[in-house]
Amino acid sequence: MLAAIGVDSIEALFDEIPRELRGGTLAGVPAALSEMEIARLMHGRAERDGHWLNFIGAGAYEHHIPAAVWQIATRGEFYSAYTPYQAEASQGTLQLLYEYQTMIASLTGLEVSNASLYDGASALAEAVLMAVRCHKSARRVLVPASVHPVWRRVVRTLVRNQGIEVVEVPYNAASGHTDLDALARYAGRDHAALVIPQPNFFGVLEPVDELTDWAHAAGALAIAAVNPIALALLRPPGEWGGGGADIAVGDGQPLGVPLASGGPYCGFMACRRDWVRQMPGRIVGATVDAEGRPGYTLTLQAREQHIRRAKATSNICTNQGLMVAAVTIHLALLGPEGLARVARACHANTLKLVSALTAIGGVTRAFGGALFHEAVLRLPVPVAPVLRALEGQGLLGGLDLRQDFPELGHALLVCATETKTDADLAGYAGHLARILGKRSRPAASAHRPRT
Amino acid sequence: MLIFELSRPGRRSAAQAPLQVGVASELPDRQLRRKSPRLPEVSELDVVRHYTRLSQRNYSIDTHFYPLGSCTMKYNPRACNAAALLPQFTGRHPAAPDDTGQGFLACLFELQEMLKSVTGMAQVSLAPMAGAQGEFAGVAMIRAYHDSRGDTQRREILVPDAAHGTNPASAVMCGYLVREIATDADGNVELAALKAAVGPRTAGLMLTNPSTLGVFETSILEIGRIVHEAGGLLYYDGANLNAILGMVKPDDMGFDVIHINLHKTFSTPHGGGGPGAGPVGVNATLAPFLPLPLVAGSDGEYRLLAEADRPLSIGRLGAHLGNAGVLLRAFVYMRMLGAEGMRRVAEFSTLNANYLMEELRRAGFEVAFPRRRASHEFILTLWHLKDETGVTAMDVAKRLLDKGFHAPTAYFPLLVPECLLIEPTETESKQTLDDFVTAMKEILREARENPTLVKSAPHATPVRRLDEVKAARELNLAWKPR
Repeated sequence: MLAAIGVDSIEALFDEIPRELRGGTLAGVPAALSEMEIARLMHGRAERDGHWLNFIGAGAYEHHIPAAVWQIATRGEFYSAYTPYQAEASQGTLQLLYEYQTMIASLTGLEVSNASLYDGASALAEAVLMAVRCHKSARRVLVPASVHPVWRRVVRTLVRNQGIEVVEVPYNAASGHTDLDALARYAGRDHAALVIPQPNFFGVLEPVDELTDWAHAAGALAIAAVNPIALALLRPPGEWGGGGADIAVGDGQPLGVPLASGGPYCGFMACRRDWVRQMPGRIVGATVDAEGRPGYTLTLQAREQHIRRAKATSNICTNQGLMVAAVTIHLALLGPEGLARVARACHANTLKLVSALTAIGGVTRAFGGALFHEAVLRLPVPVAPVLRALEGQGLLGGLDLRQDFPELGHALLVCATETKTDADLAGYAGHLARILGKRSRPAASAHRPRT
Repeated sequence: MLIFELSRPGRRSAAQAPLQVGVASELPDRQLRRKSPRLPEVSELDVVRHYTRLSQRNYSIDTHFYPLGSCTMKYNPRACNAAALLPQFTGRHPAAPDDTGQGFLACLFELQEMLKSVTGMAQVSLAPMAGAQGEFAGVAMIRAYHDSRGDTQRREILVPDAAHGTNPASAVMCGYLVREIATDADGNVELAALKAAVGPRTAGLMLTNPSTLGVFETSILEIGRIVHEAGGLLYYDGANLNAILGMVKPDDMGFDVIHINLHKTFSTPHGGGGPGAGPVGVNATLAPFLPLPLVAGSDGEYRLLAEADRPLSIGRLGAHLGNAGVLLRAFVYMRMLGAEGMRRVAEFSTLNANYLMEELRRAGFEVAFPRRRASHEFILTLWHLKDETGVTAMDVAKRLLDKGFHAPTAYFPLLVPECLLIEPTETESKQTLDDFVTAMKEILREARENPTLVKSAPHATPVRRLDEVKAARELNLAWKPR
């Protein structure tokens, strides 16, 4: 090969690079490991992390994933393919994306979906940017405090530099949903959009019809931030209020994507057809080939960075394609009835857990609003040591809200999906009762995962 | 056939959903969905067969040579996937306490350390979920840095005209104006144009090196000096890091902030368009602005740093800590390569590119920058062929599909007419490269003898050339029953 090139060493191929730039050492990179050695290392680390009985939700949810989902999604033809720019060589991925878009559009009750964004939080930020483009004049957006606190921070990070102002709307302390009276104070001012979470971060259902109608009366777009499992049972954003939400976003993780310490997940986004040219990300359209056969291709690419550069709707290029493959296969396996059963099981399990835990003295439900599959509980004592004690029993008891919602006191966000059995729920209640019962004594400190 | 067309009312894949479902409900009637979503009603076998068949309508690295310039489509070792899918890793909740994920966090911490070593940067954040998000984070840090000094009149980001489209788009998302800098005849940034453009309004310059033209920017130190003297910062788009891995460090080239595409250089799979990961690295001055979370480690104990630890951070880019599973795959890949293996990546990817360039030149193709060495990729320009035969770069790309190869990148960078950007990567053998040359020779002959055959390609793919105008004019973005 060197002879064909006409050089006598590989080194000579680097002769255009200035000498002084060459030859740093890689002191921080250890020597190579064989596949067997790295497997042993990784197994050891995985075992150290162990298995836990998990009652945390807060935007990432443990669900059963059918075996077929990842066996098919990790086929080399999906796993090792590139973005489907060469349509004739990518009909598998393109048709799958078209099916995904159909499923998301139908779940959200909106007309069009894109082919994914990074995750739910960044999808919400993109929706805010999109709403500002659609609205044309206003650069202020209303985001209720009942939206996931990290999602709110992500929105700020991603929109701040474009001079967009994020205004926080308080929640009602009794119901736990967006305070409609407080919202009235923002009427008459110029807002591009109102974000409406369903269910919200507290697990509570929002008055979505009133909020959507309020947004539209105020000349703002309504952005729904939804849990896709809940949409099996709850009215879809496209049917909210008189006119329906304009944009819906959420995290696709609950639909076949493992928790995996937070990623990769995928963000979904759907909107009314009127707004499709302002939508960020890839979109697949159906068409025909030179012989009139049906086929699929990326379309409306003039919105995207590789064509429009500085004038693109977003800088997004690589998205979460493989996660979308998993979501599509997962939704196809569950079907409408399966998805509804999962949703009902989550709802029923969470109600069971809440009733078992609130039967313990001093534990109460923080909010009166109807919940879906999460709830905020108030404990009679600080949450952190209780969670540590539960950890000692191999159990992750929920999320401590002290940092993000100090006004709620000793508040704990819990979630029980369809993965929890009656014995799991009773076990949690038993441990919590014992911990709270002997809380005068120091909590157990042995952090032993179940193996 | 779409999955929806296989649907039959009442058909179910029953074992997938819970069999026993509690009846308790507090969902108010007015909130309930009245019409089921349009999901297919099919059996598990229907699903498995349908998506297996769909997968067979794809080209992929596992099935085809994929010389897609600027995308680094190298082989994805299976060990990386197997490790990331260990049940303890996939089962871990992102909000689980740090002490329940020490094995996982150790991998991320060590990944940060290795990325610091190969780039020379002082600190690294793994948070960005793709290259473009890394660019956003990098430019946002540049802005945060200038703002922190009260230097708020810097409103422009400079990018070469050959840059990836994400560069200008990311700069705009950070509230900047974009100025393009011209390229000279040998593919270098035009220093005179750069000198004329920099000034008190310059926030920074975004640069890929080796550039998107497949050549090393030889004046990089001079470029850095010009930008720094004007008070701007130098941003490294790591898209082409593969070409210089273990050989040249972005820090030594004078870059202040960089992003790395783990799905390119460190071989995490492209997955039909993602997920990727775009970690950012910075010098010590910019370190306080890194996006969150970061993994801190001392005495073998690891924890995630948050807002309280890093009050000047530009913030969070996603709900959790980035594309964790992608990060694990890259960690495994880097540990299997080791330091020696990394240098081998640069050597063999450069060797393969220069060999392929030379063989194609010999076969009668025109190289866009004939006086230059190829980096890990190179550009052919087919405008003479188009003049002579009417066959375009796109036609050649499509005809390659018939010959069993994925097409190279066509029409990027935009400034080279009728171009094909070809990147063979280090994981392809000489035999595969020779087969590709043979196919290209055949196409050259076909273009002269039977141009219609090439212009109407592909012929052997699952579909022929698609009507993209119809797709855009008669938008059909979701299936509806007839």
